[in-house]
Amino acid sequence: MLVAPVLLLLIFFLVLPIAVMAGYTFFTFVTAGVETSALTTANWHEFLTDSYYSGFLVKTLRVGAITALLCGVLGYFPAYFIWATTFKHKWLLLLLLIVPFWISFTIRTFSWINILGEQGVINVALLKMGIIHEPLQMLYNEGAVILGMLHFLLPYMILNVYVSLESIDRTLISAARSMGCTSAQAFREVTLPLSLPGLAAGLLLCFVLAAGSYVTPQLLGSGRDALFGNLIYDTIMGELNWPMGATLSIVLFVVLGFFAAVYTRYMGMSQIVKGLGG
Amino acid sequence: MSGTRRKQEGRWAWRLTGFVTVCVYIFMFAPIVATVILSFNASMFGGFPMTGFSLQWYGKLMANEAVLAAFRTSLWIALVTALVTTAIGVTTAFALVRFEFRGKQALSTLVILPALVPETILGVGLLVLIKAVDQPRTMLLLVLGHILLAMPYVVLIAQARMIGIRRVYEEAALSLGASRVSSFREITLPLLIPAVVGGALLAFTISFDNTSASLFWRPAGVETMPTQILSMLKISISPEINALGTVMILVTVGIPLIGGLILQSLTKLRRRGEPKEDTQ
Repeated sequence: MLVAPVLLLLIFFLVLPIAVMAGYTFFTFVTAGVETSALTTANWHEFLTDSYYSGFLVKTLRVGAITALLCGVLGYFPAYFIWATTFKHKWLLLLLLIVPFWISFTIRTFSWINILGEQGVINVALLKMGIIHEPLQMLYNEGAVILGMLHFLLPYMILNVYVSLESIDRTLISAARSMGCTSAQAFREVTLPLSLPGLAAGLLLCFVLAAGSYVTPQLLGSGRDALFGNLIYDTIMGELNWPMGATLSIVLFVVLGFFAAVYTRYMGMSQIVKGLGG
Repeated sequence: MSGTRRKQEGRWAWRLTGFVTVCVYIFMFAPIVATVILSFNASMFGGFPMTGFSLQWYGKLMANEAVLAAFRTSLWIALVTALVTTAIGVTTAFALVRFEFRGKQALSTLVILPALVPETILGVGLLVLIKAVDQPRTMLLLVLGHILLAMPYVVLIAQARMIGIRRVYEEAALSLGASRVSSFREITLPLLIPAVVGGALLAFTISFDNTSASLFWRPAGVETMPTQILSMLKISISPEINALGTVMILVTVGIPLIGGLILQSLTKLRRRGEPKEDTQ
């Protein structure tokens, strides 16, 4: 009874759409916006044989993996710092990590144009100092896309690692130190292994969110830097090829689901739940 | 000798950690600060250098009917989303924490999926479904979609808080003759208030901020704030957009901050004479 509303919502807006979408992948595309329910494997055939699509998939997974790894490396330091610091107003550091979640994602993304653009902070400063004479082209490439995604994913990573550091029994570290470990050894042997669940959850989350992104490549990348999400959008909203759009969506769903399944097989869901705010 | 060297290594490692931390915080806030500063730029172009202080872009913004309409639309959608998601999310969390039923595990996994499945996929899925049953895109669809997207966060927050509330309070009320409903209303709900407010605020910002899925779901001709910004960006980055960004930051950061402060003072007032409850 109590769960009826949420159940209805999940069935009609999550389960059923994905099921219908899976069926749609076998529909026949006639012309823009028109398709028939005559079953065909043409969409799958096209996806599997045309290297245009697999190229997009590989690029998306590569960009997602690079972003997730950079998030892991750059995010671990702040998480560790907040956890270990004796600074009195730790809550402020944590609050500053949560504040970006409240700021519109579109605004956070386009704000990079004010930093990297031709009239952005970096170019104007370098020109003024006479180091360069022509503005540098830093926007609309893959680096800018990764930077933008890093910007929006880092808080996820830091909070995930922080949550798992927070659950470490600190007496373990004191014990290691009193047994003669240096601080580096204590970190390597105790702290780091015990924080790995949070790091892994953060990596998965960052990877999935990066690989599924649409807005960041749209704003900070050029046409060549479009990712799978943009491909799906253009196929559906631009070409109105619904069966192919459904096929691409299912592909992304299955591929990302595979990574999530491998992760939960080894780590379980609980860490992700904690990292999302539970 | 080696002891002091090791100690120094430790100190360097700590300094490096602090340095990277500072860099990461700068990295996260520099673009936002630049946007806020540029919104006061007198220059015609949306970029540096600053040519003078001006509020003209805010004036232009206030006269921009399309922006105002998008703002109102987003505000309404976000308010409805916050209310409904909180109501459904809290009851769901209550059921998940307090009752045993078949499929509970499956439900608690399913309910976080909307946070993990990319919005593009959720967006296309819903569109394909309504296309299959030949229905138009409506505001109701957009709002329900936003509710779906905000649901995982509200349920998780309420669940975490609910686990912290000890069952004995509810059981005491029940054994004194309260019904299930009134024990929930009189005992559980008041103790849940922080999670309710926190969840509602988060649901509000998630909805207000949603871009990708809204691009798919919005009815023809309707713009929400983020989709409006996207279409403005397609033309050029003007100082007006910086001003708009600043207003949005004030709204979406200000509301939760003020809410949090009110909440904090409320709990401080209440704390006197209340038995200590263990959270988490």
